[in-house]
Amino acid sequence: MRQLCKGNVAIVKGAILAGCKAYYGYPITPASEIAEAAALYFPQVGGTFLQAESEIAAINMVYGAAATGQRVMSASSGPGLSLMQEGISYCAGSELPCVIVDIVRGGPGLGNIAPEQSDYFAMVKGGGHGCYRNFVLAPASVQEMADLTVLAFELADTYRNPAIILADGFIGQMMEPLELDYREAKLPEKPWAVQGTHETRKNVISSIFLEPDDLEAHIRKLEAKYIRASRLEARHETFETNDAEVLLVGYGITSRVLRSAVEMARREGLKAGLFRPITLWPFPKEALRKAASKVSKVLVVELSNGQMVEDVRLSLEGKVPVEFYGRTGGNVPSVEEIHSQLMQRVMSLV
Amino acid sequence: MSTDTKLDAQASEILAAGYEVTHSKSPLFYDHYERKADLQQQTHYCPGCGHGIAHKLIAEALEELGLQDKTIFVSPVGCSVFAYYYFDTGNVQMAHGRAPAGATAIKRACPGKIVISYQGDGDLAAIGTAEIIHAANRGENITVFFVNNAIYGMTGGQMAPTTLVGQRSTTSPFGRRPINEGFPMHVCELIASLEAPAYIERVALSDNKNIMKARKAIRKALELQRDGVGFSFVEILSPCPTIWGKDPVEARKWIAEKMIPQFPLNVFRDHKHDPVVNNPVPHHTIPETLEIQTTDQGPRPELPKHQHHFQQFEIKVAGFGGQGVLLLGQLLTEMGMREGLEVSWLPSYGPEMRSGSAHCHVCLSKNRIGTPLISHPDVLVAMNEISLRKFAPQVASGGLILYNASRLPEDFELPQARVICIPASEIADKLGSTKSTNIVMMGALLEETECLLTATAEGVLETKVKKVELKEINRKALAAGHDFIDHYVRVGAVTQPDGFAY
Ligand SMILES: Cc1ncc(C[n+]2csc(CCOP(=O)(O)OP(=O)(O)O)c2C)c(N)n1
Ligand code: SF4
Repeated sequence: MRQLCKGNVAIVKGAILAGCKAYYGYPITPASEIAEAAALYFPQVGGTFLQAESEIAAINMVYGAAATGQRVMSASSGPGLSLMQEGISYCAGSELPCVIVDIVRGGPGLGNIAPEQSDYFAMVKGGGHGCYRNFVLAPASVQEMADLTVLAFELADTYRNPAIILADGFIGQMMEPLELDYREAKLPEKPWAVQGTHETRKNVISSIFLEPDDLEAHIRKLEAKYIRASRLEARHETFETNDAEVLLVGYGITSRVLRSAVEMARREGLKAGLFRPITLWPFPKEALRKAASKVSKVLVVELSNGQMVEDVRLSLEGKVPVEFYGRTGGNVPSVEEIHSQLMQRVMSLV
Repeated sequence: MSTDTKLDAQASEILAAGYEVTHSKSPLFYDHYERKADLQQQTHYCPGCGHGIAHKLIAEALEELGLQDKTIFVSPVGCSVFAYYYFDTGNVQMAHGRAPAGATAIKRACPGKIVISYQGDGDLAAIGTAEIIHAANRGENITVFFVNNAIYGMTGGQMAPTTLVGQRSTTSPFGRRPINEGFPMHVCELIASLEAPAYIERVALSDNKNIMKARKAIRKALELQRDGVGFSFVEILSPCPTIWGKDPVEARKWIAEKMIPQFPLNVFRDHKHDPVVNNPVPHHTIPETLEIQTTDQGPRPELPKHQHHFQQFEIKVAGFGGQGVLLLGQLLTEMGMREGLEVSWLPSYGPEMRSGSAHCHVCLSKNRIGTPLISHPDVLVAMNEISLRKFAPQVASGGLILYNASRLPEDFELPQARVICIPASEIADKLGSTKSTNIVMMGALLEETECLLTATAEGVLETKVKKVELKEINRKALAAGHDFIDHYVRVGAVTQPDGFAY
């Protein structure tokens, strides 16, 4: 049965259904409800919730718990994610699966707490040091906050790599119907974990490789995972793209506004379509290329001054003109605003 | 002299200088250090390094206590980053300074195991100050071995928080000057100011006697963890001959002569806590906790049959925080959901709320909802004048404004929408609680627009309002909102002072 649920809370519900056993985090608006829901739910079902002294401590607690093979998570917003970057890089280097949520707010600096999509570079392009990648999933509804959290845990375990949920203040604060099914979580074996047992005694969790050749071999191994993930794990959604002449591209909350804009454009006779990446890494390149193959223009809309647009351009290799419209500071464009942007740009085509 | 007697003579010379000869190797160490690239029979530590001795004492204690299989050794960044070359125990290598945070989570994941956080003075007392203090303050049931060598070894001799006043390092080339770098940090004393830790002792690897004391302290710390007594912490004043530019014998002397006076050897804490009262945590199944209705909880309730007259219906509710603005929006959203619609609720949040106003967007739709952000609501429920003035111009032409007051403000310019004034606060007051003002507005909204069923509202209020007294008032408030529209609005026009009639 459907329950009305807040996006931030849905993440925690999804995590518990995925068999997550521990939450370590530090409060920050607009992600605090995640910590609050975790504080309420985890102990009741026999899990661990701990408010860490900082996001630095939190991510290193995540590292420790992940080293024992537990499904574990943390959540924060921009400034906290900045502090976590070293730890996320260590998790990737030590191949520790974990899920980290970024409910993006306005930046740089203290910025504000209104929604932005300005952490795309930080999350998708790495953020921390070294040759690594994060899975990055971008939910656009409360249902997806739960569903993609479950998927994030699965990807993290399958690839032994951090997975990030990249959402924004609006998706986090929104309430929508949420449908959950309870099934006991199936957890994979983790023979590599360190658990204080005879069987796991020889295991080491570490990211240090002193010899250049050893480190290079390690990086190659990571890279092989990333190549496999790029082939298998890219996900996207399209709306009205079959006969589209212009293609709107956006993720998260923006994709919701764009969906309404497509409807509005179609009511007025303009054949618009929507391409929405669900995974930002791996970026759904092939699918985008296909969706854009017959359009005369692509308009990318983001709550930033242009981050994902770079991946759109890289994917489309200059074959279609790609334009950009961005709002920042916490401003979310209205449907009318997108519509008028679309009309201006389409007019400029003729 | 035979080789043996020569060795013996050397040994007694070293012993005379306060040196311990340690030939035997603990079986807790790997036989052969295969994880090392080369020289797999010897450690990577410099001759006379305190880390080697500390490792040996820890290994022996674990071995004697039979804890090898149970142990998870958390190593830092520093010269001891490679502790996993040697310890045949579970090993987790952590980021610089963060071992106590990692150890915290490891221990909580594996409560019956022995978790050791082994750290240098840069790692623990500089970059990791927050992590050690908080792990100690939480009384994590882990053991921390803090190797204080008054310098950064691994990175080649920079100043540590424990570097002595006047001591030269590569980053205090004129000697540590308190005016610039402050004084050496006394970590045991700092931690001893906290309530939770169970055991805190400072020992030194300066001579045999002190090494024996260190051995006892290390063993005790591990026993206390094994017995679940709490946080145990042993600071080990330790030689770093290489960076200090001294031979091993001089280095030990330096500990005795320079470090111990600065860092007195002491047991700073050794007690069991009186039991403390912790509030209980209720335990529930996952479906109960997450409010997931499982099939064995009976059949799903029938959805009310209602032909909604719209494809999509958008409502904005606005007013002061405390007027139940967000709640009213949530209730309408919940009702829409129960009537089988697609719904979304989006609140204003953060400092905007703190200044006292709040608003939310409610979207009810037969189709998947695009943007949850409403630019032109079909209905505005304005709970106060500020909201009326701010949001009335956005209302869709032909839309409706429900305003919580008996009349419009004098200079208010009418938008392209119908306005109904409802003295909801007054009505709610009369019913016994201003709190149900929002429910009066809801009654009026439902009666005027018929967007959702009153029966659904009653059902939602029944389940969402927990207080019995409020339940009763809310029922009345809902009816009063209804009646207001019925009697005062539908039956005969009510004329406003500004001549606006409806
Ligand atoms: C974030 C970060 N900053 C700096 C370093 C460089 N670094 C490695 S070890 C170390 C200090 C080591 O000193 P200490 O903790 O006293 O251990 P020792 O080597 O003396 O045993 C520093 C600064 C690092 N690895 N990571
Ligand atoms: S540099 Fe100092 S601490 Fe590091 S191994 Fe050598 S003696 Fe030991």
